[in-house]
Formats: sequence, structure tokens, C-alpha cells
Amino acid sequence: MYDAMSKAVLVVAVFVVAVMVNFRPAPALAGDTLYTALGGNEGIVRLVDKATEEFLADPRISNTFADTNIARFKEKLAEQFCELSGGPCVYSGQDMHAAHKGLKLRSRDFSALVENLQVAMGKCDIPFSTQNKLLALLAPMHRDVVTQ
Amino acid sequence: MLATGGASQVEGAGGGGLATWAMITGYGSRDGIGANTHFTYVGLSDFSLKSYGFAIGLHDRLELSYARQAFDTEDAGITLGLGQNFKFNQDIYGIKLRLVGDAVHDQDTWLPQISVGVQHKRADRGQVIRLIGGRSDRGTDFYAAASKLFLSESLLVNATLRATKANQFGLLGFGGDRENGYSATYEASAAYLLNKHLALGAEYRTKPDNLSFARENAAYSLFASVFPNKHISMTLAYVDLGDIALHPDQRGIYASLQAGF
Repeated sequence: MYDAMSKAVLVVAVFVVAVMVNFRPAPALAGDTLYTALGGNEGIVRLVDKATEEFLADPRISNTFADTNIARFKEKLAEQFCELSGGPCVYSGQDMHAAHKGLKLRSRDFSALVENLQVAMGKCDIPFSTQNKLLALLAPMHRDVVTQ
Repeated sequence: MLATGGASQVEGAGGGGLATWAMITGYGSRDGIGANTHFTYVGLSDFSLKSYGFAIGLHDRLELSYARQAFDTEDAGITLGLGQNFKFNQDIYGIKLRLVGDAVHDQDTWLPQISVGVQHKRADRGQVIRLIGGRSDRGTDFYAAASKLFLSESLLVNATLRATKANQFGLLGFGGDRENGYSATYEASAAYLLNKHLALGAEYRTKPDNLSFARENAAYSLFASVFPNKHISMTLAYVDLGDIALHPDQRGIYASLQAGF
């Protein structure tokens, strides 16, 4: 039993070390938020531009945007990312359920959108751990967006 | 969202190498049917284990799985009086039901995804199993698993509680001359996602100790999983299964290839 316990402690210790080695602490600046990590307003606008390019080029989901005013979509998405990440914006678009209810989206559509967003974040050189912080804020929207 | 859709544990259910997860297997199961196949090789100091199987996920609710394990005694078969390369095999039929939660998308609550499952195991070599003190060549495990992806920390955590009589996962039968009832065992695992294609983690799993002829210990592994795309994954691990059939400190490599949709 002692042997098993020491093995368990060893496993946990190795794991903690592995996590710490790969943990890159963000600089402890005043007002340090996900918003600043994404590059502020400029970074978010760039990300939204890239992401929208990816959405529209993906045959799995491009149809979803057939009736979308793209300029307005980009503006509202940037506003939403800004507010969610702790920036000085207030999202003025429709709530997520209302905005998507006519589209009959499936879970795979949501996944495709996330994949495109991940590609866009990669192209904007946003670190993986920062990408996940933004995705963590968006993931619960699965509930409102996916209706099929 | 991440490469959490297609991995199988050694008994064929959706999970890591040793530990069972609450997730329903298959990338596509949210919209209908997902599936996953695996082939796993474990090379230990004195033994080796091969496992292959498949799992089907239905509507992110129900998972059906099958695995076939072959445990090769290699040269140790001679000293055990069984003959060189004597093999213990077993078939494992599994079913898993998701009760509540969504491990991936529910990032705004602390509630994990919780599933319950049953694994029915049928070992061959019933005669040898009885000779070494095992009570049966068939057994059924019952488990409850909780999984949670802490996405903002890039961390996946799992905990499983299992009721089992299995000796060495069932390969050496069920129940024994030392203890014949169900034991409560647990599995714990955590994986840190380094990037879209690589996860590092650790697993720990306790096992019953039913046979008086040889002690049985807990198992652990340290693993790296690679996801070239969402349909294929490869896991390489250092694994320690403890003492097996009088052979101490069975350690070695765990290699698994998985493909799914």
C-alpha cells in the first residue's frame, strides 16, 4: 500500500512539473486581461477578419452566411469578443439563441466554426493557451446555437 | 472542439490508456453515430499484452464497445509451468450511458460530464484460472465516471469509481481464494493540452488483490498523445502495472493507434 501511495505521489509530481514547465505566465501588467492578450481592439478586429475569411471559405458552413450582412456580422462579432474578453465594449447584437434559431445548426456546424476560429487564431499568432481561454468563453454558446 | 472525441482505453471504452472517461466515443456522435477503433500493444519486463477493439457512440448518449485482449506470458510461461508464449485472452463487452453534463462545452459550470457503465468480461483459460485460485472466468464490472475539460487551463481531468472482481483486468479471472467479493477501485487521470496536436498526461488505477499466490498492485502511466487530425490519434506511454503472477515490477511501453470518425 505504501508502494502504491508513493507511486501515486510520483505520478502527480511528474505531472505537476510537466504542467509548470509548459506554463508561460502572462506579464503581470495592470489591467491584464484576455482582451490585452488578444491584442486589444486592433488584435480582435484582425482576428475577426481572418476568422470570417475562414468561415466563408469553408464549404461545410459557408451557406450559413448566405443571407448575412458580412460587415455588420464582423462588427458585432468583434464587439462580442471585446466584451467577453474583458475589453471596454458592450455587445449590441441579438442574443445568441435569437441570432441562430432559424439556421437549424447541428453540433458539427458549431465544431466546424470552432475549427475555423482556431485556424484564424493560429494565423494571428495567438498562443494556444490564450486561444483556449477565448474558446472557454464561447463554448457554452453551443447550448443556444445548436438547435438540431 | 478538441481531440477528445476518439480515444479508447485498454478495455475498449472511450477513455485514456488505463482510465475510463465519461465521454461518449466518436467525433460524430453528437449528431448521430460516431465510431472508434483501436490497436494497443503493451510491452512489459516479462509479458506483453495486445488489445484491439471498437466502440460506437450514439447521439452523445450511449456507447457500445468491444475489445479482445491477448496477454502473452512469453518466456515466463515456461517458469510458470504453462509453456512458452502461453496466452490468456479475454473478450470485453461494454456499454456506457451519459447521465448529465457536457465535458467540453459546459465551460461556465463546475458540473462534470457524468456517465455510468458496465463491462462484461469473458476470459478463456478457466482451468488455469481455477488452479491459481481464481473463482470464475467471467465477471462484470460496474463504474461511474466523471470528466471535465478545464478549457481555459487546457486541462482535462477524469475520475472513475469501479466495482470489480477482476484479477489483472480479468485476464487472470474474477474473484479469488483471498477475496471473492466486489472491490471498489478507482481511476484518476489528467491530461494537459500543449497544443492542438499534443497532450501530456498521467493516469493511476487501483486493482483488486484477490489471489493469494501472487500480489496485485495499482497501475500508472505517463503518456503523450499525438493528434495529427481529428480522426487519428497515437499514444505512447511509460506504464507500470506492478507485480503480475509472481513477476515483480512489470514496467514498459504502451503504444496505441486509434482511428475514428
